[in-house]
Formats: sequence, structure tokens, C-alpha cells
Amino acid sequence: MKITIKRFDKRKEPQSIDMNYPIFEGLTLLENFIKIKTTIDPTLSFNGVCRSGVCGSCSVMVNGKAVLACSYKPKDGDHIEPLNYHEVKRDLIVDRSKAQDTLKTAKTWLQSDARKENANKVEVQSSCILCDSCFASCPVMAVNENFLGPFALTKAYRYAIQGENRETIDLIQQNGVWDCTLCGECTLACPQGIDPKMDIMNLRSKSVQAGYCDPNFANMSFGLDFTQGF
Amino acid sequence: MTTDVLVIGSGGAGLSAALKVKELGADVIVTTKTLPTNANTCMAQGGFNASFGDDIAIHTDDTLRSSYGLGSKTMIEQMCKSSQNALDWLISKGVPFSLNENNELETRFMGGSTNKRTYYAEDYTGLKILQTLYDECLKNDIKFQTNRYLLNLIIDKETKEVSGATFLDIGSGNIEEIRAKSVIVATGGYSGVYHGFTTNGFGSSGDGIAAVVRAGGMASDLEFVQFHPTALKRSSILISEAARGEGGYLVNSDGVRFVDELAPRDIVSRAISNELNQNKEVFLDVRHLGSEKLSHLLPQELKLCKIYENIDMANDLIPIKSVAHYTMGGIEVDQKLQAKGLKGCFAVGECSNAHIHGANRLGGNSLLEIISIGLIAGENAVNYESQNRFKENSQLAKDKAFINAVYNNFTNQINFYEKREFLGKILYHNAGVSRNDTGLKGVLAALRQMQREFTFMGISDKSKELNTNLIDFIEFGNTLEVAEMLLVGALHRNESRGAHYREDFQQTNDTFKAHSIFWKEDGVLCAEFKDIR
Repeated sequence: MKITIKRFDKRKEPQSIDMNYPIFEGLTLLENFIKIKTTIDPTLSFNGVCRSGVCGSCSVMVNGKAVLACSYKPKDGDHIEPLNYHEVKRDLIVDRSKAQDTLKTAKTWLQSDARKENANKVEVQSSCILCDSCFASCPVMAVNENFLGPFALTKAYRYAIQGENRETIDLIQQNGVWDCTLCGECTLACPQGIDPKMDIMNLRSKSVQAGYCDPNFANMSFGLDFTQGF
Repeated sequence: MTTDVLVIGSGGAGLSAALKVKELGADVIVTTKTLPTNANTCMAQGGFNASFGDDIAIHTDDTLRSSYGLGSKTMIEQMCKSSQNALDWLISKGVPFSLNENNELETRFMGGSTNKRTYYAEDYTGLKILQTLYDECLKNDIKFQTNRYLLNLIIDKETKEVSGATFLDIGSGNIEEIRAKSVIVATGGYSGVYHGFTTNGFGSSGDGIAAVVRAGGMASDLEFVQFHPTALKRSSILISEAARGEGGYLVNSDGVRFVDELAPRDIVSRAISNELNQNKEVFLDVRHLGSEKLSHLLPQELKLCKIYENIDMANDLIPIKSVAHYTMGGIEVDQKLQAKGLKGCFAVGECSNAHIHGANRLGGNSLLEIISIGLIAGENAVNYESQNRFKENSQLAKDKAFINAVYNNFTNQINFYEKREFLGKILYHNAGVSRNDTGLKGVLAALRQMQREFTFMGISDKSKELNTNLIDFIEFGNTLEVAEMLLVGALHRNESRGAHYREDFQQTNDTFKAHSIFWKEDGVLCAEFKDIR
């Protein structure tokens, strides 16, 4: 019973190697990392704080899927890698700043007085823990690195419900709501049960209400060219 | 790097203070040893106490009563009076507190409270407060320095004024200083000394408390640690009090209920520890609530039981133990939250002892404290008039030399991870829910031996960048300093009071109606009891 961890150290040659470690059975993946660090190899580098799935710091890729290490029990042959679409700093530690800068780009905060009566409507969206699992699962990231990504858009939706966030609606038109393919990978990845795909669809409606239209439609001829007459 | 106010720590207390500083027009930098939202605040489930009208006096009395004589009426009153404002402030920032069908704020009862005054956001109250405040910080363009590990405060030896702090930049491995006109320490509690026996996240090592004492400040009442009755047996993961509030039973391996499940936490914790000491197991039994009700009321718990113990709460007994949960003691501060013995250094939140919780904490008051007192600390730090700003100081050179020594001179012949685990275990069994003279003296002797052996410990990872082995080691060093104070306090407090229970002195003795105070002289720990006037 073993797991493979993709190790990375930019000062070493080769920089990246796969290493096998035994599984400490009955323990979560995060507890396995700790066991490895404290009893086998103190150089293994990873993040993890709360152990109970609410701080968002320990997310990694297991067999290509983003999971919280503290909420996952490893299985024989699992392949562990750092989060997709993040710059790897060392082993499983990645730079989260680029992903989290999307919050500033879209200004995902309350821009007006709070609509207090809408608190329950954002019960799900407001439980985001910034673990970046959705971001690391989003296929759009592979083709457009400037895409805002799912969690920023969920947050944009949250504050558009909680306040008069017109500016955010303007800011998510580029590399935002219309770039999503609605594949739903983010929804599957979210450990908090958030549905960014649905939030993005709702933001599209809000965008249309605000006078925007789907730029994809503008380019479509639907196979007929009306300008030539019949 | 320089700023007006340096906030060390990015939990609820640090972020509230930083937002207040910014609102008052001053420049602020917030440092964290991880990322801004990775603080223990996100684990606070229960709720946020707020009182208004006639209830303010009752809330004050409830808090005073749970403090078992060690709470300051002035401070408690200040907190309770500002609680409604603090709640309104959070709501104005967008914290989505749960509403009932008439769109009014929901409240729940918490143990020890006379009235229902705990506001909540499902079982994610702390998480939603923290995440929303972080969004608000982004809005206000507050500068964060992430992955910065606090080493020491920068202090003028003559005037005792603090003008910044030194940090290890974990990412680069460089040692740097951030200078400021005033400093707010908001580094959290020290339940992490009970390694393996705490509900807290990793890193609750009392870094700020240790740094303040090293700088010439004082700590107090460190022997008061609240143990939570219901944590999962193997992993110490918290199972919320709500499980008992909703009707869960505690039973031993004979299937017998042995305590009133809704008694205060210290009483329930001791009863559990009694059973465990008789080699019985203790279980939380919520099976009678039914799976439908459980998935609605305790969704987080259902998930955690499955992952950590591989059990289904609806059909199985949950094996539990009581573990360290919240630390009442901390940096001794005056009524302006300024660390005693220092100038220009404020402390707030779990790392601070503002004489609010005293010998035990009322549920729902910790989230209240970090916000209401956090805002006040921010204001006081802005108003502090610094004297000797940014005078040259040798702290940075000293800290560089220390880290250099850890890399090159500490022999690493003793595995500190083994010591950390051992210390956690003996602290838990001898300085936990129930203590006695012999046990405490034994742990203190073992701990002092570890302090002597410290240079024979060290790091195996010699990388400069992102060296988490080094961080674990420095944290362990802080743990050794804080645990020593905890043990000295527990050993000399020959009485039982609140969360501190001595088998050999089971009664409360008002000779000890006093704060234990700790400080260092030439690196040697000193302690005394200071009467409450």
C-alpha cells in the first residue's frame, strides 16, 4: 500500500521527481503527510491548518482531482500533485496569490449598504473557504489564464445578491461569466457544496438585466445570412 | 518596510483591528504565518453573543460568573456594551447571519447564558465572519505580508517602546524587519502545546505570547485552558456542543450515562476524564435523533465522523475524549489593551488576557471579543504617540544569528517531532482537565530537560526557501516557553477555579483570587500572584 507524491524543488536537479511512501492506514491524507514529515522525510513540504475542512489550506490534486487533504483517505496507488494552474513553490506548496488576485480584479466585496434581508439567500455561496479546488479543476484555465475562475465568480454573485454591486457586474464581462463552458467541474470539486456553475448562470442573467449580452451570440450566424436577402 | 500600525496575525481579531486602523486613516500592514483566512477563527461554529437594553447587564453578569472571580467588570462591561455595535458592524460588512422566516436575526442559547443572545450563521459563524472581513480588507486595500513567521518584537531597551517586529519570510528564508509606530499582537492562543490533544489547527503555539515575554512584557493566567468535552477520540477533531444541545447523550462503555450533558464544559470534561481514567471508553450517542435530523442539524459532524472514525453517527456510537480547546490566559494587558511592561504594543484576541474570560469562557464570547475588542485595539494603536520611531536596533542581527545557528550549530541528534508528541501527551495527562502537584512537577521537570536539550535538536531540512521543518522547530521552541508558564501557574495555584482543577486542592480558595503573572529577567522565568483590586 503506497502513494506517490510529486516532489518539486527548484534548486535540485531534476527539479521534479515522483516519490513513493507507505500509506499509514486509517489516517487522512493530511495526517499521512504529517506522518511522512515527522517520521520519514522532514523535507516534505505541504500546507495544512485546521484538519477539519474549513480553512482551505491543504488542497492538492489526487489522481488529477482537487481534494482537501484533510478530508480524503488515501488509497493504494494514489498519485498526489500540487494544485493545477498554480505556480509550484516547493513540493505541494503553491503560490495562491495569482488565483486570489481574481477577487481584486472583480472587486468581489460589498460595494453598497448590505441588503440584510438577503443573508439566507447566500448561505451556500458565503461558505467558500478559498481552497482553490474549483479553480484547479476548471478546464477554461488551461486555455485562458486570465479567466476569473469559479470562486471569484461565486463571490461576485454572493455580493451582487447582498448589495448593489453594479461595478462587479461590469468587471465580470471580460474573462468572466461568458468564458465559462458550464462544464460543472467546479461544482463537483467544491468541498463546501457550492455550485459555481449555477452562480455563473445566474450572473449571466444579471448581466443581461444590466444591459449586457452574450458575446458568443453576436458572432454567430446560425448558418443563415440574412443580409443577402432571400 | 515601515508602516503606522503593524498587525501580527490575520484571524478575526487582527482583521478587525486592521480595518479600524485603516478607517481612521492610518497605514497598516497585516502579517500572517500562513494565508489570511487560515486562522482558527474559521473553526468557531457556535456563534456571536450580542446584548442590548436590559440584557447588557445580564450578559455582563453571565460573563463575570463564568470568569470565577478573575474577570474585570470594567472590561466585560465595555465588551458587552459594544456588542450590539460590533454585530451591526459585521452585518454592515455583509456577514450573513442566519435569519428566521420573518427576516429577523436568529439566536440560539449557549451554555451558561441566562438569555438567548447568540447570533449565528449556521455552524459556520467564525468562517463567514473571517471570510467576509477578508473581502472587506481587500476592498480597503489593506497590505498583507503572508507567510511571515514572527520571530521577535523590536524594542528599545531603555524606554521599553516597541517599534516593530522581526520576521522570517518563509517563502525566501530571509529574515526581515517591519518597523511601525505601534504594534498589535493578534497571534491566537496556545492550545497547540497539547499537541495531538487539541481541537485547534496546527500552529496554535503561542508565538505572540512568547515574543512579548521575551521582549520584557508579561503574560498572565496561562494555567486556565478550556477543555472541550467532545472531540473525536483518535483525531481530536471537534464535535460541536450542538450535538449535546440537540439531545445527544454521553455514555460509557457500560452504556451508562454518567453526567448531565449540558453542565458547563469543565464539569463535563472532568466527568469524561474520570471515566477514561477508570479504563472505560466514552461515547457520544446521537443515534436516537435519526439520520434525517442529523444531516440537517450537524452536517459538518456527520462528514467528520465518517472521514476520521469511519462511523455513521446515525447508527454508531461516537468514541470521544475531551481535549484542549481555548486558552483564557495570554499577554497581560491594561484596559487600553497595551501589553504591560511595554509601550506601543497592544494585544487582542485569544493571545491576550484582557481579563474578560477569567478562569473560564462563556460560549459565544470569543467571537464577540475578537471583533469588539479588536476594533478598540485598532483605535488605541492609532492613537498611540510613539517616541523613538525606527531608531536603530540590534534585534534583526540577533535573529539572523539565531536562525544561522539553527542551520549550522544545532546538532539535530534529538528528533524534536518525537519530543513535541511526548510533551503534548504528558501535558494532556498531567496538566489537562485534572491536575495534581506530583504530575505537574514531573511534566515541568521533563519540559525543562527539553529546554536544556534544545540545541541538540534542530532541523534535517537545510533548504533556505519554504522550510516548514524550520517553522515547526521554532514553533516548538515557543511551545516550550509557553508551556513552562502554564505549568508554573498550574503548580502554584493550589486551588480549583473555573477550568483549572486540582485533585489535591478541590476547593476554590480566595487567597488565589488573583492573576498569575509571568515575566522574564535575564532569560529566567519569574512568576507571582497579583491580587485583584
